[in-house]
Amino acid sequence: MLDLINVSYDTQIPNNVGLSSDKKVLKALEKWHPGYIDWWNKLIPQNFQESMVYLRTAVSVDPKGWAKFDYVKMPEYRWGVLLAPQVEGRVIPCGEHMGEPAWQEVPGEYRNLMKRLIVIQGDTEPGSVEQQRFLGLTAPSLYDMRNLFQVNVEEGRHLWAMVYLLQKYFGKDGREEADDLLIRSSGSEEAPRMLGAFNEETPDWLSFFMFTYFTDRDGKMQLESLAQSGFDPLSRTCRFMLTEEAHHMFVGETGVGRTIQATCEAMNKAGISDPYDVNKIRDLGVIDLPTIQKKLNLHYTLSLDLFGQEISTNAANAFNAGIKGRYMEGRIDDDHQLKNDTYKVLDLEDGKIVEKDVPALTAINMRLRDDYVRDASGGVGRWNKLIEKTGIEFELKLPHQSFNRKIGVFAGHNFDPDGNHVSGDAFDKGLPNWLPTHGDGDFIQSLMKPCYEPGKFASWIAPPKVGIDNKPGDFEYVKLHMA
Amino acid sequence: MNTPLKQHLIDPEICIRCYTCEMTCPVGAIEHDDNNVVVNAETCNFCMDCIPVCPTGSIDEWRVVDTPYSLEEQYEWMELPEQGEVAVADSADAGVESGTDPVAALLAEAHKGAGGKAVAPVSATKPTVNLYNLGNPVEAVVQGNYRLTAEGSDSDVRHIILDFQGKPFPALEGQSLGIIAPGTDAEGKAHLPRLYSVSSPRDGERAGYHNVSLTVKREDGGTCSNYVCDLKKGDTVQVTGPFGATFLMPNDPDARLLMICTGTGSAPMRAFTMARQRTVGKKSGGMVMFFGARTPESLPYFGPLNKVPSSVLQKHLVFSRMPGQDKEYVQDRMRIEEDIVADMLEDPATHIYICGLKEMEEGVERAFTNIAESIGHQWRNLRDVLREEGRYHVETY
Repeated sequence: MLDLINVSYDTQIPNNVGLSSDKKVLKALEKWHPGYIDWWNKLIPQNFQESMVYLRTAVSVDPKGWAKFDYVKMPEYRWGVLLAPQVEGRVIPCGEHMGEPAWQEVPGEYRNLMKRLIVIQGDTEPGSVEQQRFLGLTAPSLYDMRNLFQVNVEEGRHLWAMVYLLQKYFGKDGREEADDLLIRSSGSEEAPRMLGAFNEETPDWLSFFMFTYFTDRDGKMQLESLAQSGFDPLSRTCRFMLTEEAHHMFVGETGVGRTIQATCEAMNKAGISDPYDVNKIRDLGVIDLPTIQKKLNLHYTLSLDLFGQEISTNAANAFNAGIKGRYMEGRIDDDHQLKNDTYKVLDLEDGKIVEKDVPALTAINMRLRDDYVRDASGGVGRWNKLIEKTGIEFELKLPHQSFNRKIGVFAGHNFDPDGNHVSGDAFDKGLPNWLPTHGDGDFIQSLMKPCYEPGKFASWIAPPKVGIDNKPGDFEYVKLHMA
Repeated sequence: MNTPLKQHLIDPEICIRCYTCEMTCPVGAIEHDDNNVVVNAETCNFCMDCIPVCPTGSIDEWRVVDTPYSLEEQYEWMELPEQGEVAVADSADAGVESGTDPVAALLAEAHKGAGGKAVAPVSATKPTVNLYNLGNPVEAVVQGNYRLTAEGSDSDVRHIILDFQGKPFPALEGQSLGIIAPGTDAEGKAHLPRLYSVSSPRDGERAGYHNVSLTVKREDGGTCSNYVCDLKKGDTVQVTGPFGATFLMPNDPDARLLMICTGTGSAPMRAFTMARQRTVGKKSGGMVMFFGARTPESLPYFGPLNKVPSSVLQKHLVFSRMPGQDKEYVQDRMRIEEDIVADMLEDPATHIYICGLKEMEEGVERAFTNIAESIGHQWRNLRDVLREEGRYHVETY
């Protein structure tokens, strides 16, 4: 009988979808596999490929088998196709097909819309690995290096997950899309990644942490909505991916938190109480809090753009079709069809920000963005608690949603981080205080020196409170290959 | 008074509010508000499904409490409260050993000699298990380390006393604890805990102090045993446990105990003996012990044991390396004393405990087989009945 919990290793590709008896898809995946390995091998610097990394691999999709830790060379990581167990009698949770049995095959009328959503999601996964490919060279500790690689291999696995769906359910054009996912490349002139946020190189570790906190959180919200999909294989894939995504959130939140911790501790040790005494603080080999705020402003606003237009008929169609739900759809107390509901959306009228009631169906993106803002503000609150505990007077803030936007109603307008409409002149003058400058970037870059001794951390970041897999502080998370 | 219980909690300072635990929990015991993620003590059944999926480790927190923290209290927390003072002497926590637990696997292996699924004595106190684990060990301070065997004897067995500095460590007689040797093994992995049977009664090596004693033999090349045997007064040790839910003492004073042990297998027997001396003394069903060692010099607790009155404990100390004498093993003495053994085998109040090296099992089984036959029983059947009634316990290693 087909075992849908435990991962089967009877093909080259670990899976819990019975690949060995699904010859057509197995063949397609096996054809795609060498290209993937090739992509990975060319991407990550060679000495890291040869290193033994203490990674978590799933040996089954139930909670007991989810986290098996061991040393593995990354190219030998068991990427595979893992879907959360099928829920008996699952029905479509929203839209016009609400209550009908969830689809096990793609309905013809939604084929293109569904494929596009999967391709966009799939395109972000390798994109982020490409952006982060050189970070290992400046890892502030072996612990952080291990976390980076864990995030990377899991993004790789998320690509697999999307490729499986494309090859299994979308025939020939699905296979072509799968191949294209390996052809597009972050930052490439000819074939860039589909979303802008995935075409910038991640220049330093603070950017990486901000990215995993803010940008991966957009990914998490998108996965949450796709986990509600009436297309059951997509829902099951995304549900399993969410468990892994939570780890990426953890890397981001604790990474920024530990950066803040190191700064505040160094300030206290040196007797500096003014967080704006930037030069003195930087001399301590830590990143001053105002610069951390600027990085936050940048990554938060870039991530808000990923939610698209506030009013969107595409999003309405996807919801109505039951392809994509809302965040925690099951816990929302309404008709799940949004026949008569309205939703408050931010808009601009005569240069002023106003709230407008619009049909809720058209405001799906806005609602997800609101959920995102709430989710993202939690960690900022916890960072502020860290600062407060050290006695330093400083508070990090999420900037107003109108600040620094390239997509949506605020794009092309000058707002300051507090949401005040300002003149172009005032905006240009304020920018160096609001967003990281070249000087800030150069300074952060100057701190990016590798620290490869077990248990040691670069000056600008504090050790974690708890080790991965409960390992002690001096655990050698990566056994570096010395060429 | 409420019975103290182990409560599952989440550390709000480490948790990142990803709610993965909440999504994973099969019984809906976990919920959240804008501030915290909390565990409902009434619903949580310790299935441990939430532990591996947590990206932070914040979910692996436990407190022994008289009254569980309510959801409202947990929602208000900015940080996790310290473990409070709890009267744990009669702790009756329905401890759960999770199936994938390596400690549970070790114990299952040690209990194999009983020939089937081990069952606790009917009148035993419900044990607390897994209060401290690898991710959350408790620190103990060494109060003393005494050599039990004569200097120059071929074995170095130590009596180690640990103090938990006010933290609860509700170990019952017959339970084990784990000690984590510092450092890493040849592969760079942290050492796993080694299990040692406690040799002190539930109210402490010193009555009322709740300190715990161990009986540990130094093994050539043994990382943990050498670490433990070399501990000095004042050293700190990382401890997990208590472990073990079947090899326990009956509380029934009329129960008769037949204890067969070798070497450090005497640890639980010592605990049983002391517990009974402190509680029912002579007014009990009595205890009979067959205790084997090479020589009196290498028999742990030889001196103190001889001071226990025969009315409390009938002692048969057996030596296999006495100059000028034939080798004698516990099974040989059991055959000689077959009348008392036979009498006990037929008495439904009898509880049998075997503890020591695996090698002793075969001889002891043979002795039981012969003695049982002499009174018209087939040993295997009798043993299975005894075991199913919680009256036959084996722990060998």
